[in-house]
Amino acid sequence: MEAIDASLVDWSRAQFALTAMYHWLFVPLTLGLGVVMAIMETLYVRTGREFWKQTAKFWMKLFGINFAMGVATGIILEFEFGTNWSNYSWFVGDIFGAPLAIEGILAFFMESTFIAVMYFGWNKVSKRAHLASTWLTIIGATISAWWILVANAWMQHPVGMEFNPDTVRNEMVDFVAVAFNGGAVVKFCHTVVSSWVLGCVFVVGVSCWYLLRGRHKEFAHASIRVAAWFGLVASLLTAYTGHHSGRIIAEQQPMKLAAAEGLYEGGTQQGLVMAGVLRPGVDWAAPTEEDKMLLNIEMPYALSVLATHKVDGYVPGIRNILEGGYPLPDGSVALSAEEKMLRGRKAIEALGEYRDAEDAEDKAAALKALRENFAYFGYGYLKSPADLVPPVPLTFYSFRIMVILGGYFIVLFAGLLVLRQHVERWRLVQWGVVLTIPLAWLASQAGWVVAEVGRQPWAIQGLLPNVAAISRLETGAVQTTFFIFLFLFTLLLVAELGIMGKAIATGPETDKPAA
Amino acid sequence: MILKRIARFYIEGFRGMTLGRTLWCIILIKLFIMFAVLKAFFFPAYLKGDSAEKGEAVSTELTERKAGE
Repeated sequence: MEAIDASLVDWSRAQFALTAMYHWLFVPLTLGLGVVMAIMETLYVRTGREFWKQTAKFWMKLFGINFAMGVATGIILEFEFGTNWSNYSWFVGDIFGAPLAIEGILAFFMESTFIAVMYFGWNKVSKRAHLASTWLTIIGATISAWWILVANAWMQHPVGMEFNPDTVRNEMVDFVAVAFNGGAVVKFCHTVVSSWVLGCVFVVGVSCWYLLRGRHKEFAHASIRVAAWFGLVASLLTAYTGHHSGRIIAEQQPMKLAAAEGLYEGGTQQGLVMAGVLRPGVDWAAPTEEDKMLLNIEMPYALSVLATHKVDGYVPGIRNILEGGYPLPDGSVALSAEEKMLRGRKAIEALGEYRDAEDAEDKAAALKALRENFAYFGYGYLKSPADLVPPVPLTFYSFRIMVILGGYFIVLFAGLLVLRQHVERWRLVQWGVVLTIPLAWLASQAGWVVAEVGRQPWAIQGLLPNVAAISRLETGAVQTTFFIFLFLFTLLLVAELGIMGKAIATGPETDKPAA
Repeated sequence: MILKRIARFYIEGFRGMTLGRTLWCIILIKLFIMFAVLKAFFFPAYLKGDSAEKGEAVSTELTERKAGE
């Protein structure tokens, strides 16, 4: 076997992570702010008040800036699949490409068509037609997100496909399983409703800035009222879908759950870590004499209930997953990492033998061995069981940041609704809300860190680790493009912040008399 | 007739843009950098040939690759 440079794997991952994280600065605001502005335009159509029209138009302007700046950062991700992850793209392109193609053809074109009517159509189409265009724009963006998240969920739980050793490709055999499996549905719901939360935090934050400046007070109060109601509903839905997300992860990616909980030794009646500090520098892949947690305040039984819906449900820890031998929900016994690696190597060898075989009998024997061991194909590339353990501290703390901030947003929106008569007088509260804006992005990014770092080392869970998925490029070339992207994306971000800041400073036209 | 109305709708819309002009400039510069500069100089065509050759190349990669030190 030929070795692949470990730093090439790291730089390829870093480059993809950089692109995805920048892309995800724009997307959730598009999804969240889009619904808020559509609600405001709905209020305009229902009440006929010019005030709501100008309010909707102002948020639409910020939506447009964000949308324009976000356009094409996603295209770079698709470039990278082909250039930096070519083995991956070939191996699963038939499945992974389908949702991306549907996204491009259907959802993006729908979004693009109606966004023109939304911006150019004021006074040219009827109020109701314009409102329909606004809703269809944001529905298009949301459907777009659906297909992207289907593709991502499939990587976390590959289903509905069959491996063809002649083409060395996985081929889709069940579209419904790919598009509507539990993981995809929950991921979509959790991601979209959490993006609504981000949009609402942005709206209340900007509105509080106007209150601090003593400008556009009616606009600010009205925006806070709409965004706080919608944000409260969205943040409660985020908590609800987050619970289901935890259940799906427990079923499909137990190692991710163990890493997010800092759970080394599993068992029944497991508590959920409410607040915890990990011991720095500890090896999470091996037993240690001292406890791996410095501080651990648990909610008793909660992890067992979350993962299995039973108080005495069994939740495996990192050690259990590596050593195997515990009962699985289907009644079978979990294999150890060593056994999986052995079967993975057999699958890789069988693929080579199948490709080299000249007579039908040898081909059939190799195919049989390949089919028997294919579920563990990716394990064959691992050097040791320790490779299966993701970066625990990053996953653990990101999970806590996401959950704590999610709880804070519920309190924030509820507080704004209860105190809305007093918000104008309390500058400290106004400052607090303004400073909450970046926290919404922090929570959103932390959620993706849990999802993506927690599934390492896999590009496709169980089937293809990063080391096998990447293209054999020069490490220097990947490093160069990493820094080019970093520079370009940062430039874009600064430009967006500048243009958006200018638009916010100018403010809405709600105070001007109707023409 | 309807095509003419649609075309006029877009032309008037683009003409009436204020902030939109800046945003379109940024989008076009961004697309130029990505397609003309990055694609041409930094993104090599890693897999070459027809489907069979690409399959063979990936097969070789997958059966001969191992994790490095």
